[in-house]
Amino acid sequence: MAQSDTVLLDVKGLVKHFPVRKGAFRRVKAAVRAVDGIDLFIREGETLGLVGESGCGKTTAGRSILRLVEPTKGEIIFRSRRMAGTAGGVKEVDVVKASRGEMKALRRDMQIIFQDPYSSLNPRMTVGGIVGEPLLVHAMARGEERKKRVADVLGAVGLKPEHMKRYPHEFSGGQRQRIGIARALVLDPQLVVCDEPVSALDVSIQAQVLNLLEDLQREFGLTYLFVAHNLSVVKHISNRVAVMYLGRIVELASTERLFADPKHPYTEALVSAVPVPDPDYSVDRIILQGDVPSPVSPPPGCHFHPRCRYAVDVCSKDAPVYRDLGNEHFVACHRADDLHLQPIHDRTTGQTGGPAA
Amino acid sequence: MSGLFRYALQRLVLTVPMILILLTVIFLILRVLPGDPVSAMLGGRPVPPEVLQSYRVKMGVDKPIPAQYVTYIGGVFRGDFGSSMRTSTPVLRELFSRFPATIELAIFGLLVAGILGFSTGIIAATRADRPIDHGIRIFHIASFAMPLFWLGLMFQVFFAVKLGWLPVAGRLGGDVAFTFQPVTGFYVLDAIIRWDGRSLADIVLHLILPALTLGVAMTGLLGRMSRASMLEVLGQDYVTTARAKGLRERLVVTRHALRNALIPIITVFGLELAVLMGGAVLTETVFSWPGIASYLMRSINARDYTAIQGSVVFIALFISVINLIVDLLYSVVDPRVRY
Amino acid sequence: MPETRETTPIRRSLLARTAGGVTRGLRGQTVLKVGLVIVIAFIVMTVVAQMWPSMNGFDPTKYRGAPRLEGPSATHWMGTDQLQRDVFTRVIAGGFASLVVAFSAVALSMIAGSILGWISGYTGGWLDRSLSLFMDAIYSFPSMILAIVLVAMFGSGLSPMIWAVGFVYIPTYFRVTRAESLQVRETTYIEAVKAIGASRTRIVLRHVAPNTVNAIMAVSSFNLADAILTVAALSFLGFGLPPPAPDWGFDIQNGQKYLQSGSWWLITFPGLMIIALSLGFGLIGEGISDLVNPKRRRKLG
Repeated sequence: MAQSDTVLLDVKGLVKHFPVRKGAFRRVKAAVRAVDGIDLFIREGETLGLVGESGCGKTTAGRSILRLVEPTKGEIIFRSRRMAGTAGGVKEVDVVKASRGEMKALRRDMQIIFQDPYSSLNPRMTVGGIVGEPLLVHAMARGEERKKRVADVLGAVGLKPEHMKRYPHEFSGGQRQRIGIARALVLDPQLVVCDEPVSALDVSIQAQVLNLLEDLQREFGLTYLFVAHNLSVVKHISNRVAVMYLGRIVELASTERLFADPKHPYTEALVSAVPVPDPDYSVDRIILQGDVPSPVSPPPGCHFHPRCRYAVDVCSKDAPVYRDLGNEHFVACHRADDLHLQPIHDRTTGQTGGPAA
Repeated sequence: MSGLFRYALQRLVLTVPMILILLTVIFLILRVLPGDPVSAMLGGRPVPPEVLQSYRVKMGVDKPIPAQYVTYIGGVFRGDFGSSMRTSTPVLRELFSRFPATIELAIFGLLVAGILGFSTGIIAATRADRPIDHGIRIFHIASFAMPLFWLGLMFQVFFAVKLGWLPVAGRLGGDVAFTFQPVTGFYVLDAIIRWDGRSLADIVLHLILPALTLGVAMTGLLGRMSRASMLEVLGQDYVTTARAKGLRERLVVTRHALRNALIPIITVFGLELAVLMGGAVLTETVFSWPGIASYLMRSINARDYTAIQGSVVFIALFISVINLIVDLLYSVVDPRVRY
Repeated sequence: MPETRETTPIRRSLLARTAGGVTRGLRGQTVLKVGLVIVIAFIVMTVVAQMWPSMNGFDPTKYRGAPRLEGPSATHWMGTDQLQRDVFTRVIAGGFASLVVAFSAVALSMIAGSILGWISGYTGGWLDRSLSLFMDAIYSFPSMILAIVLVAMFGSGLSPMIWAVGFVYIPTYFRVTRAESLQVRETTYIEAVKAIGASRTRIVLRHVAPNTVNAIMAVSSFNLADAILTVAALSFLGFGLPPPAPDWGFDIQNGQKYLQSGSWWLITFPGLMIIALSLGFGLIGEGISDLVNPKRRRKLG
């Protein structure tokens, strides 16, 4: 995965609240705090994994970054090469504040691959129509040229030009996902948000698609924000991983560091659940007690404290500060400095570690 | 019960603008649309201008449209529907006097439709895909395709003229009309109150054909709904459980399935109301039934604008109120609706 | 060959109407075929009757030396009326007003109602709420009475009936397309198209609308069936084509006068034609519904 040092996407303080309306006059009663203030950045060419349980806000975060959902607050700085034009260099655009025209132009640079291959393709359009539509919308290619471009991108994802005439229902789940990937790539974007792209696929197909995504990243120099709830998938494909819980990022670090030296109790629990292909490996699997609280009224202080086995007094009062512990290892935990958490024992990385303190 | 109260309030709040919209549309159609209502009413006869003007004043069309609108709306809320240009009696009074006739017809029509539709629907559902199911479904579909006025006429020709079993038209026979004294306007009820067997028989005989006509025409919708609803319920888990417990089929059907199948039926009753009123127009015309629908037709033919307006407004109000009641009833029966 | 899912073959084959396309798409749809046969037969019959009114030797509008008010016989298969006209000839030609008005009116409401429904369903917000309120108000009012009042104001004849009936059915299409649009709006592929940056117009026209076509087609068939009845009723009440044009509704009303004397044929035959045509449309509707929604597929014949 060729990486550069330039930051492509810089998110600061992103918040998305969904108001809850009740009553005949639709008064706003409360808000679902789907994304409750997150900071992250992605470098060009790298893959940032975003993990968490269902309802933690990761999907909303991905969509907010693309402004498919209007952010309530925050800054999303995207460094677009295309918008800088012939002058070269990059143009920084705040996605949150972008005008309609800017947004439309930005859409060429940021794309998304959806989770469900069965509902993300218009059943009444041909594959060629679906994949070619972005070119039409942005008036980038016409007629023969467009057909060629579509055929090219279909080839890149492992499909044939003849498939252009067929309809989505004629394809399997894995193939449909490839069509979705083709659609996302046809505009030659810089950033691709992958919203659980393999979760809906059979396990045997998942590996194929993941490999495809990696190959495409290499070939086209893509940057991925990879949203998933399956840590083992994320581990395989990401350079760095961010862990979300109830709308907040609790930990963000390079993949190696996250697994070898998790600093947040929630990460520890998630990590311990990752299966390791080693019959001699055994771990105290940490089972979290209780259910995930509602995002409408999250617990005060640290959102995780009711389920945390290391919680102390201050955890229920003050929200922990999201800080860099060094080497770009970010954590939001009061006890980050003194906890020694259980890492994953993995032969491939040669890491070991003892049980928690 | 606060959920119910809140829902009732919501519905009420919605009903008011809907009524206003209806009233406005009626106003636009009758006043704003084509031509001069006065000369239309007078049938294009040459009339001295002073007479024309006096009619105009009487009808209120000499004022500008917005002023007319305000008077109109105000009138409706005050209960002043104006006076019929044909008979010079207050429209509202005439409507009220004819209202029970239409209601009585509607009730018995619905009864027929309900019995026929519901029973055929249930039977069809319990014997799904067998010949009798297909037969009943064809019957339902045919009921949809049936022109109501034709059906009424057919009944008349067959039962009244050819067989002579039933009266051709009207609500009362000539001789009974002399002696019968209505109380509420609902003749069946009145005959019972007055303990007048002879009148009752006559009244019922007169009711049969019109009610049958209305009923058969509406059987299709109710029948289909009953069948679909029953089928769905029969496929549910709790029915399978009842069967697994060893309950006899009939018990399964009546005790468990029926009650839940009833819920969508109630909705249909609300929907049927508009269809019912439309059907009433044709039925009352064919059978010379003295209800508000035939009053409307007569007013239209006489170009009696005030009466037309009044009748239509009356019908609109009536329907809105009934729909509201049905909605509320429905929310009582099915609590899911309230939330 | 993978199983064909619900959506695609219908629109193209029905619209294309190529022989191969039609038979391929309609394979096994008995109900639909029967309905289509009936309707097409009626259309052909009416067109022929318009062009050659006196084809079977009897003029539907003029007097002839025929016996007056005679029941069905060998020469006059459906009898004669009080003006010595052959009922059969009149009945063959009598569907003209019904067909013309029904098709025109339904086309009118379909276009108006659907466009409003798409916009309303997709856009949402206050526009949707107010439009829905307006449409609900009209929908709740008896369509027959509304049509009668409209025609009474517009005058009688084909054109007024088209406008009146067309207006009355707008809420029907509005509701259907709005409901479908609401559903479509929530799908992922719509979100995908938004992610591409498509304009709202484009989304509504090229994505939302085509996915509502199935529902629209099913509704229009039933709508046409209903329209036939409504037009017949309007003619019956006197708002249709003026005499001596042959018209089912008018003829029935005419026949009403001679009911007491037992001349049943004046009423029965036109009525049967109305039923048959309406049934034809209804069967088409049933057939389309079954095609579109495989869950509801039942074998009826």
